[in-house]
Amino acid sequence: MSTFQIDFGGAPSKVVGIDLGTTNSLVAYMDLTGPRILGSIVPSVVAVRADGSFAVGEEARTLLLTAPDRAVYSAKRLMGRGVDDIQEELKLFPFHVSGGSESVIRLQVADKTMTPPEVGAQVLRKLKEQAEAELGEPISQAVVTVPAYFNDAQRQATKDAGRIAGLEVLRLVNEPTAAALAYGLDKRNEGTIAVYDLGGGTFDISILKLHDGIFEVLATNGDTHLGGDDIDNLLIRIALEDIASEWGHDVSGDQEAVQLLRRNVISAKEQLSFIPQTIIALDYQGRHYQRELTRELLEKLITPIVDRTLGPCRACLKDAGLAVEQIDEVVLVGGSTRIPLVRQAVRNLFKAEPHTELNPDEVVALGAAVQAGVLAGDVADTLLLDVTPLSLGIETMGGVVAKLIHRNSTIPASVTEQFTTSIDGQRNVLIHVLQGERELVKDCRSLARFELKDLPPLPAGLARIEVKFMIDANGILQVTARDARSGQETTVEVKPSYGLTDEQVEAMIMESITHAEEDFRERQVREARVEADNMLLAIEKAKQNDAWFALPEAEREEATRALNELLMVYHSDDHHLILAHIEKLNQATMSLAENMMNTAVQGALRGTKID
Amino acid sequence: MQYFEVLGLAPRLTLDLKDLEKRFYAKSRELHPDRFARAPQAEQQRALELSSLLNDAYRTLREPVARAEYVLKNSGFDIGEQRSKDVPAELLEEVFELNMALEEADRPQIEAAGVRFEKLRAEIDQELATRFGQWDHAAESGTLAQIRGLLNRRRYIENLLRDVNVHLSN
Repeated sequence: MSTFQIDFGGAPSKVVGIDLGTTNSLVAYMDLTGPRILGSIVPSVVAVRADGSFAVGEEARTLLLTAPDRAVYSAKRLMGRGVDDIQEELKLFPFHVSGGSESVIRLQVADKTMTPPEVGAQVLRKLKEQAEAELGEPISQAVVTVPAYFNDAQRQATKDAGRIAGLEVLRLVNEPTAAALAYGLDKRNEGTIAVYDLGGGTFDISILKLHDGIFEVLATNGDTHLGGDDIDNLLIRIALEDIASEWGHDVSGDQEAVQLLRRNVISAKEQLSFIPQTIIALDYQGRHYQRELTRELLEKLITPIVDRTLGPCRACLKDAGLAVEQIDEVVLVGGSTRIPLVRQAVRNLFKAEPHTELNPDEVVALGAAVQAGVLAGDVADTLLLDVTPLSLGIETMGGVVAKLIHRNSTIPASVTEQFTTSIDGQRNVLIHVLQGERELVKDCRSLARFELKDLPPLPAGLARIEVKFMIDANGILQVTARDARSGQETTVEVKPSYGLTDEQVEAMIMESITHAEEDFRERQVREARVEADNMLLAIEKAKQNDAWFALPEAEREEATRALNELLMVYHSDDHHLILAHIEKLNQATMSLAENMMNTAVQGALRGTKID
Repeated sequence: MQYFEVLGLAPRLTLDLKDLEKRFYAKSRELHPDRFARAPQAEQQRALELSSLLNDAYRTLREPVARAEYVLKNSGFDIGEQRSKDVPAELLEEVFELNMALEEADRPQIEAAGVRFEKLRAEIDQELATRFGQWDHAAESGTLAQIRGLLNRRRYIENLLRDVNVHLSN
């Protein structure tokens, strides 16, 4: 069915594709020539400057080295999680978690408290600005990528980040699927491809079937806590132990030292993808540490980490119902796939030479741009059919989970269940929804509790409430309910187990708008003061000039009065007032300026220098 | 029956899977929410509902067992009960032997039981295919009742096979 809409607005606004990564983020746009990156890569680091304003990207990464407590990185690891989930993370990352972090983590960054979606929003805002600068128009809609194995809360948190940044997230796309789009493998019409995506913090494997431009995901698997960060942390730990025994004191509690070491370890790791050996060094407080690291040793150290990716790959093949031999192409995504050992592992497992033509750092953003083009209606024939990575179920008697929608179901997917009451006159029914593959509630991830409210009071077991659980194309759950007898919609109150409530997100949006206004007002006041400074300085100088003394007494008095008035309003917060008095002083000194100009001209004609 | 309707099919228990896939892809192009990303809210919601119906339909109809259960459910048969509690009489002896083998962890016996159950399942699938054809020819309730019986037995055997495989993979 198509409808005709009257378009008053000329060309519709552009939709960009964004890869919001653990380590780095990028924005891309698809035009007639294909997808391209807009602006430069933005490190996913946010810092608070000394004056309280935010720095994002390179500047924040530099601040991380000198003032680690003012900066936050790898915040994607915390998206949609509670403080109980991240105990392991806290051992390895210098996250300063404040109180009240049970359902949403609150990070202490300098004197500010930020939730992970707010950190993400800062990065998104930076990317949005970059896109706007390059495309020359405001951008308000985007496709944002997420790890395929992200759960509902993590997806919702990413969408919240978009809203806070003033971006409508038209679609969340799974990163490996986006990569497949970027490779344009649809040109090969038919075939089966595996996408192996090892990034900074997450690992995904997806198997897709291609058919005339349709990208049908058959199965996906992964680990949301496996990536290059794990390699970095391993190397840092080894170096810290080394340093402790060499220097005789432990610097692992000193964030500045750790961050410097972290930077050097990452650089050594990256070098070893291209050269056989390098050094890890640390110069700190007059002391020097250095050790040699060969690729051979690095490979020995990281083999367990690389091996952890193989289990999900095999499980994914099994879920897709395919043997290794049936995979036609393999695509590598994510910075960590530059590591030769990782490539070798993929080659061994899939018995195929993986595609590496596209920059593994850019491929996801490029794919997001292709999907943005699909949503904008600019790219015909291409269609993504993605799946939900985790099974969805509800809690039943005895803490057991009854699965409603199985993992790897094509989304959107839905199921309708009937509920009833167990007590006479019961008005509410509580439904606990979980995500995960295990049988027991305690082993699955609690998504939310849905409360059916204001049911008609009936004897026990007579009420018939039909509850529809729907996973939308973003992989996010929607729940609706209706009374099967009356057909009336039933009120459903959602209590998400993790993440921000709608009200909290709204408040953050309001806050950022208010701050934007505040910032804007402050800038106007500052600009007015700068203008006043220039004016006052000019008058001070003019008072030394003959022209000032040549003025009629009355004019001198008026100018002096205007000058004093400007000095009086100089410190007000009203830029209009300041500007008005600048203008008044300007008027009052009009003839003075003219006289000075004439004197200057005459002086110039006489060849003397006028100050 | 909605699942058949959304794919443009009349209710049938025997389906050509290639044709089903082709219909699914064509309908996906038409109904997927990506096609309505910038449409008014009401249209987006409609696309969401229709495409989830389409996906649910394809997921169900491409599996013969799920397809048959769907038809049974929509023809007034209750398929939820009789999960795996009651042992079908003709399987009593088999189940007894399997339990013995499992208890004694007698691997060759367990393997042999696995082979027998797989053979039984294949026989049931054969018979199901015949009954499917019969119902497609003349949609009689008696045929569905027979199919339900076959499905119950099949489910029971599936569970036994799962036990066997769990043991063999340990």
